[in-house]
Amino acid sequence: MAKIIVVTSGKGGVGKTTTSASFATGLALRGHKTVVIDFDVGLRNLDLIMGCERRVVFDFVNVITKEANLKQALIKDKRIDNLYVLAASQTRDKDALSQAGVGRVLEELSEDFEYIICDSPAGIEKGALMAMYYADEAVVVTNPEVSSVRDSDRVLGILASKTQRAEKGERVKEHLVLTRYVPSRVAEGEMLSVEDVCEILAIDLLGVIPESEDVLNASNSGVPVVLNEESKPGLAYGDMVDRFLGEDRPHRFLEAEKKGFLNRLLGK
Amino acid sequence: MDWLKLFRGEERKGSASLAKERLQVIVAHQRHSGRDHPDYFPKLQKDLLRVIRKYVQVNEDAVNIGIERDGELEVLELNITLPEHK
Repeated sequence: MAKIIVVTSGKGGVGKTTTSASFATGLALRGHKTVVIDFDVGLRNLDLIMGCERRVVFDFVNVITKEANLKQALIKDKRIDNLYVLAASQTRDKDALSQAGVGRVLEELSEDFEYIICDSPAGIEKGALMAMYYADEAVVVTNPEVSSVRDSDRVLGILASKTQRAEKGERVKEHLVLTRYVPSRVAEGEMLSVEDVCEILAIDLLGVIPESEDVLNASNSGVPVVLNEESKPGLAYGDMVDRFLGEDRPHRFLEAEKKGFLNRLLGK
Repeated sequence: MDWLKLFRGEERKGSASLAKERLQVIVAHQRHSGRDHPDYFPKLQKDLLRVIRKYVQVNEDAVNIGIERDGELEVLELNITLPEHK
């Protein structure tokens, strides 16, 4: 039986797809057969971040409507064994995602995969609800910023009420991944700290990903940032995956780099 | 600006603490009216308001409901604010 994990946030642009791509890639790198599914029907992006946009022939909706089978629609990653992508449809609307259809596809995938990562669209509409409905666990991606934190709290409420597990009286296990973290601004008191966000949302902290230009560079080139082990976000995502798999990894990159006296004088 | 602060050694109180305070209020309110509560709560709240208004004119926010958990026990908490008598 596969474990189904939704990557969600409520707010858009906080790093759901970046996190889904690196999370799935990290799991596959560690030998676990993993598929990552784009639930953002009409606005697909995961294929770009994974660098397989030119290999999409059939998509998730095609499989739901039985126009194609899973074997035809699953895109095998060229870099890493054990890693597959199921792209979203670019032409249909979200109503194409029926609960029964999504359930059937996830069940079929469960026979073959260890981990199924569901990359949720922003918002709390149909696509987002479908992405989380069958989830066993949830990764809530949040930026240290008021609107993102509020939206995350809303999403936590929905995870606790509108999922299959909630209907059965069980809980979806929630994890927090804080992205775009800038330690120097936290030190200046200009940005919510990890502790602040953890205190407000009161869920388990799985990872803190520092703000970095390497994330844009990675998406520009279609390589999940976790594969860049020279970069802070790449290492932070690697730690996040290890923690998810039960390893003990201290959080890194939480402290601001010390400023020199001259820089302080110049106000840099 | 930064020069002055540097020499005065003044503690900067950034905007983050304000963000935190505001979020704590919002989240407390959101949880009170959402997380861990059954789906029928908003409807129940509306129905109660309608019944009460048959007898007393109260404000939209006069009816507050919540669930208090104490071990195995769940208590439906109902709080209705009546208008002040003049």
